[in-house]
Amino acid sequence: MDISILNGHLIDPANGINQVMDIHISQDRIKAIGDPGQDFKPERVIDAKGRYIFPGIVDLCARLREPGEEHKATILSETRAAASAGITSLICPPDTLPVIETPGMVHMIQDRANAAGYSDIYPLGALTSGLKGEKLTDMATLQDAGCVGVSNALEPVENSLLMRRAMQYASTYDIPVFLASWDPWLQGNGVVHEGFISTLLGLPAIPEAAETVGVARDIALVETTGASAHILLISCEKSVSRLREARQRKLPITGSVAVHNLLCTESDIGEFNTFFKVIPPLRTMQDQEGLIQGLAGGDISVICSDHQPHSLDSKLAPFSEAATGIAGLDTLLTLAWSLARNGRLKAETVIAALTENPAQIAGLECGNLAVGKPADLLVFDEGVSWTLDNTTMMSRGRNSPWFGHELTGKVLLTIKGGKIVWEP
Amino acid sequence: MHANVPVQFDHNGKLRHFLTIQGLSEETLTGILDIAHSFIDFGKREIKKIPLMRGKTVVNLFFEPSTRTRTTFEIAAKRLSADVVNMNATRMSTTKGETILDTVKTIEAMHTDMFVVRDRASGAAQLIASHLPDYVRVINAGDGRHEHPTQAMLDVFTIRQHRQDFSKLRIAIVGDILHSRVARSQIHALNILGTREIRVIGPRTLIPTDIETMGVGYVNNMRDGLENIDVVIMLRIQRERMDGQLIPSEQEYFARYGLTEETLGFAKPDAMVMHPGPINRGLEISSSVADGNRSVILDQVTNGIAVRMSIMAHLMGGQEKSRWT
Repeated sequence: MDISILNGHLIDPANGINQVMDIHISQDRIKAIGDPGQDFKPERVIDAKGRYIFPGIVDLCARLREPGEEHKATILSETRAAASAGITSLICPPDTLPVIETPGMVHMIQDRANAAGYSDIYPLGALTSGLKGEKLTDMATLQDAGCVGVSNALEPVENSLLMRRAMQYASTYDIPVFLASWDPWLQGNGVVHEGFISTLLGLPAIPEAAETVGVARDIALVETTGASAHILLISCEKSVSRLREARQRKLPITGSVAVHNLLCTESDIGEFNTFFKVIPPLRTMQDQEGLIQGLAGGDISVICSDHQPHSLDSKLAPFSEAATGIAGLDTLLTLAWSLARNGRLKAETVIAALTENPAQIAGLECGNLAVGKPADLLVFDEGVSWTLDNTTMMSRGRNSPWFGHELTGKVLLTIKGGKIVWEP
Repeated sequence: MHANVPVQFDHNGKLRHFLTIQGLSEETLTGILDIAHSFIDFGKREIKKIPLMRGKTVVNLFFEPSTRTRTTFEIAAKRLSADVVNMNATRMSTTKGETILDTVKTIEAMHTDMFVVRDRASGAAQLIASHLPDYVRVINAGDGRHEHPTQAMLDVFTIRQHRQDFSKLRIAIVGDILHSRVARSQIHALNILGTREIRVIGPRTLIPTDIETMGVGYVNNMRDGLENIDVVIMLRIQRERMDGQLIPSEQEYFARYGLTEETLGFAKPDAMVMHPGPINRGLEISSSVADGNRSVILDQVTNGIAVRMSIMAHLMGGQEKSRWT
């Protein structure tokens, strides 16, 4: 469809745009920014006065639960939820059931996403067979099938030699490696940050060192192998420092943070609130500040949802036994934008961390609004107040600590490949 | 992000459940202790019952085995004339099978007025309390490593029988603080009552990170740790901690942290010796000290009944309306 969106405030960090401009779409591509030329006759004209226009969001870590756990969520339910929240591309870790380690699985997932017609899915292939950390997968075949990288999801590869070989092998074919860098021994059966909350509540703890040891190992292995690596879900200030050093040495390594680690701390757990049970855990205010500074300084370049939909029941259990994770698609932009609205981060930094940077890491063409690029974009009203509840939450997961709370800022329209995929 | 409203208070700030010592006022604690004091002589009477809870049903729901705690709760409830049902339940750790909340709601549907709950998971009592109707009361009889608030109350009650003024007392807690729900509750209670100094003593592997944030000091040895101490509280060392992961051996542990006549000599001459039980003789405490004249370990057990009666009476007094009105 040919569409013109007029008078919106465009933020497109990749092209240095942060001002009110018209944008025009022809078929599935961006036709023009500003003047589209005399001949352009849009089928639809949208007035976006007072609203923002951002590139479609690229969520670097989201679980859709299909295949294997369709009782929790499906590709249809979650890509629709993504579209409603302005997320037009989803990168999915391979921890489905079974795990993503065959071309057939990759094709099946992409076919279902195409049939649903909301957001694109870019799967990550398994790094080791069954994510067991024992044996490499057919990575090159998975890349050919459409995987944008390989990952062992949240299962750390305990064997450092195998990890080194996995990186060597991946680097042969320029396959990016997505890592959850933590030491499984130090991680243990921990469920909260090791600090005053774990001490007060008597819960098994995850020390900071579980992450800093893992990050240090993986940086060292990147240095010896030259593999292009992305460390998922950084939670400690000290990990940010390690990433900074690695960047200063020009190592091909990037990092991301889940939006809830930017907004919450261990204190939010209060009296065993299982909705704040996440891995990596919510840590201290100092860590929270370190993560925000990491984004400001470019040491962390991506904000993701770490979307993990669960039924409500799975959170109604004692803390150690409750399900881990937050259903975060619906709130990703709203929460991330609150950092820009409160002046904690520049608007361009927040938007780049949601669009351009993750697109680059995953090798995608989208994530920016340059002429000729895919017409993936969204219209956002930062002033709208809304409540996350059964009528507004599109994900099938109900495990959000913001459920029942009033939030500010909402996506009004999402365009994916020139098609309007969300307009309530 | 959220304001945390403690589950154990109702909207008027009145104590509805007894889940944790944390956040209770000194008045609440002394109120419970004073009433408990008036119940102490009850056990010596010919007729040991008062009708405070007549017609009420108390369910002792223990997902973890216990004899002494469950028994004292049962006696306490019966002396208040309540009907008592003991349930030693088992539960699955996963979402398969009946969940802990399903079990509790099923029993609540049989018109239970009060639950006394013990579970292996920290936070289980809070979870249960926050999913029951307003008129049901919950007492935490130990949740994981979190708290064992009635034990702490009977401990401070026992201290108060012998020492009047907490602001003059130096108290040491020795052993496995990390896994101890008793220690966490004791530390809160002693701090709320204004204890002059609380020290925890043990190897670093058994001391939680940032323990100082709970308002205690850490000492790594008995000689310094027990200096000028008025009350020594020994904690039980679970045999399963003895697998070489947290402490190298029983011998090394007992030599450094066991309470013997010799190590007790580092404390004040009249120091009291306490232990929440059950005791591992020769592992954390020698028999001569456990059975010696400075030990109040059996007093603790006796006092458990009066203190638990007082806590139950306290909660029932706050019961605004029952299902029948």
